[in-house]
Amino acid sequence: MVRQLLTGNAAAAWGARLARAEYVPAFPITPQTEIIETLADWFADGSMPGKFVTLDSEHSMLTAAGAAAATGVRTFAATSSQGLVYALEVLYSVAGWRVPLVLVNVSRGLSAPITLGPDHNDVLAARDTGFVQLHAETCQEVLDSVLLAYRIAEDARVSLPVLVNLDGFFLSFTREPVEIPEADRAREFLGDFTPVQPVFRASRPVAQGVAVLEGGLYSYFRYQMHRAVQNAVAAHTAAATDFERLFGRRYGTIESYRLDGADVALVMAGSFTTKAKAAVERWRSQGRRVGVLRLRMVRPFPAAEIAATLAGCRAVGVIDQNLSPGLGGIFFHEVAGALAAHQVQPPVLRSFIGGLGGKDISQAEFDHVLETLESAHAHDGPHEAELLFTRTEWDQVRNRLALAGKTWERSAT
Amino acid sequence: MRVAREHFKSPKGLPVEEYLTPGSPLCAGCGGLTTLRLMHKVLGENVVIVNAAGCMTLLATFPFTPLKSSWLYTTMASASAGAQGVRDALDILRDSGRLPPQEDLQVLVLAGDGSTYDMGLSSTSSAIHRGLDFWYLCYDNEAYGNTGFQLSSASPEASHTSTSIDLIHQRKKDLFEIWRAHHPAYLASVSAHDAVDLAEKVERARSLRGPKLFLSLAVCPTGWGFDPEWGDELAHLAVETGVWPLKEAVAGVVRHTYIPNRFRPIADYLEPQRRFRHLFQPHRNEAVLAQMQAEVDAYWAGLGTESTLTPRAPETEHAPRV
Repeated sequence: MVRQLLTGNAAAAWGARLARAEYVPAFPITPQTEIIETLADWFADGSMPGKFVTLDSEHSMLTAAGAAAATGVRTFAATSSQGLVYALEVLYSVAGWRVPLVLVNVSRGLSAPITLGPDHNDVLAARDTGFVQLHAETCQEVLDSVLLAYRIAEDARVSLPVLVNLDGFFLSFTREPVEIPEADRAREFLGDFTPVQPVFRASRPVAQGVAVLEGGLYSYFRYQMHRAVQNAVAAHTAAATDFERLFGRRYGTIESYRLDGADVALVMAGSFTTKAKAAVERWRSQGRRVGVLRLRMVRPFPAAEIAATLAGCRAVGVIDQNLSPGLGGIFFHEVAGALAAHQVQPPVLRSFIGGLGGKDISQAEFDHVLETLESAHAHDGPHEAELLFTRTEWDQVRNRLALAGKTWERSAT
Repeated sequence: MRVAREHFKSPKGLPVEEYLTPGSPLCAGCGGLTTLRLMHKVLGENVVIVNAAGCMTLLATFPFTPLKSSWLYTTMASASAGAQGVRDALDILRDSGRLPPQEDLQVLVLAGDGSTYDMGLSSTSSAIHRGLDFWYLCYDNEAYGNTGFQLSSASPEASHTSTSIDLIHQRKKDLFEIWRAHHPAYLASVSAHDAVDLAEKVERARSLRGPKLFLSLAVCPTGWGFDPEWGDELAHLAVETGVWPLKEAVAGVVRHTYIPNRFRPIADYLEPQRRFRHLFQPHRNEAVLAQMQAEVDAYWAGLGTESTLTPRAPETEHAPRV
């Protein structure tokens, strides 16, 4: 075991290397490019056997990835943002082929306006594709999740592609101490790829991805995929148990952070959860009973576990680093649905939007969230999602508008 | 005038094996299906067909397939990238000793003109650029046939489609030249009418490593508007009028494999088709017909240095109108 300072991108590349991925089709996009550059070096110097190939687009890249997996080779790919949505059609296709592969997405806000900072609208656009989704908070978790992802993807109960998400810049370009598992231990955790689905061989012709023209039959296959995605919970649990035994790190479908006896819970995903945890430490030292639920497995959505974990809370606030225009925060509605389905009704359930396009969520904004939740009452009536914004940021926006020649007649409130 | 045939002397010499069995949901008289059947006979059975969205996508409809070979439906735009993934995976398995040679497969992309000329062009350009060892068959019926015959960039001048607005100014993209500019290992235009020419080309390409691209004019009874029994005659007329040149390019060098001794006037090919009826009824549109004839004449007159089988000046049965 080696402990090194690695970026999230390097950690993702190490995950693919330790998983002994043999095929990497690639297309560059910021802030993911370091992953494929690192892998290209390793294929070039022979430390990764197999083939690295550059494609003309993410759409082609993911088609090649799915086709190679359908032929029985362990495959890895990585993308971000525009690339993920450019490939979106193929995400649905390869999930429908029921082929295991791992795709890393480095989250970045979507155009227009085009930007570079992270938020989760890109990865959540892929939430209905049939891909299993794991969202990492740290660089260590990126590496570990890639290994776990192959165990889930190749599990006979699942046989589906898995997406591992990390936030652009905050993880992709941030160095953290990462334990790199030894290759033989990684091999003990993840054996060779033995396809459970039929693969292309001369002696056994197979038709894959064929048309289905009857609604009943289509429903059958789609529902079968739904059940297979649900099976990822059991596959993850089994893999995480082995992982903890071998490497000492434990992962759940969700992470409960100081939620024991908590009155107030924040729900978040991704690297910004680290900021929330810092706020929780501060609040706990003031005697306030608050914790964080981090969404790690996003598909399948661990509704029962979320509901059970939040069952004792008086107030729940979901901070979405995404925005579904006209609806609000995506996770807020998924959490609300999970709670309703499991008949868990926290008296206060509020929605906050923060961190779009990499905008910071400051400790002052976390304080505002907590104060809002603590002072709210069960029968306050409906509340819209609240966009988190600081005075400083607002002044900066007004400054930019003024520079652009836009007049602002009303004073900001 | 035709080039010397090296492998097949006559249709009787073609392989008797069939890998495309009778019974598919495709239209009667589909020229694309005949092309696939002929090409498959020569390629043999160890093939995985990587399909782009189009008419042929309905060949494999769960739980049926008329093919004895393997099949992977991808998307409309990325079949060539799918071929890349299959080929690369087979190579990885073979090179690491996990795929016995007899289990290896040839990879064949099967795509219509809508995919090939339009949204699939990027992934195919990139596959040719990488020198991918694969076969590509474009069944070109000159429109989006599967969805009701809408305009594609393969739709020729004056052909009526269900979305043609400016019939006279629409032009067919010269895909052969677009592909040739990539310097693929092998490139050919073929016709289901000339099975021996088609088989010869497949056989000549077989020994070449890299992209082996086939562009077939696929007669389309439903879209073009003719009785299916006339399909072969129309395919024949397309060649004999010079509208559809039969040629090949090895490492970029073009050779015509058949040049009619006497070119039939293109009206012979156009008039039987409903999509060109407006050129003949209620009045014969001489100006447009002359323009179209002139373009075909110019193609053949312009051949010379780039063709190893140098064509003679076209001998049309009528004098081109000026």
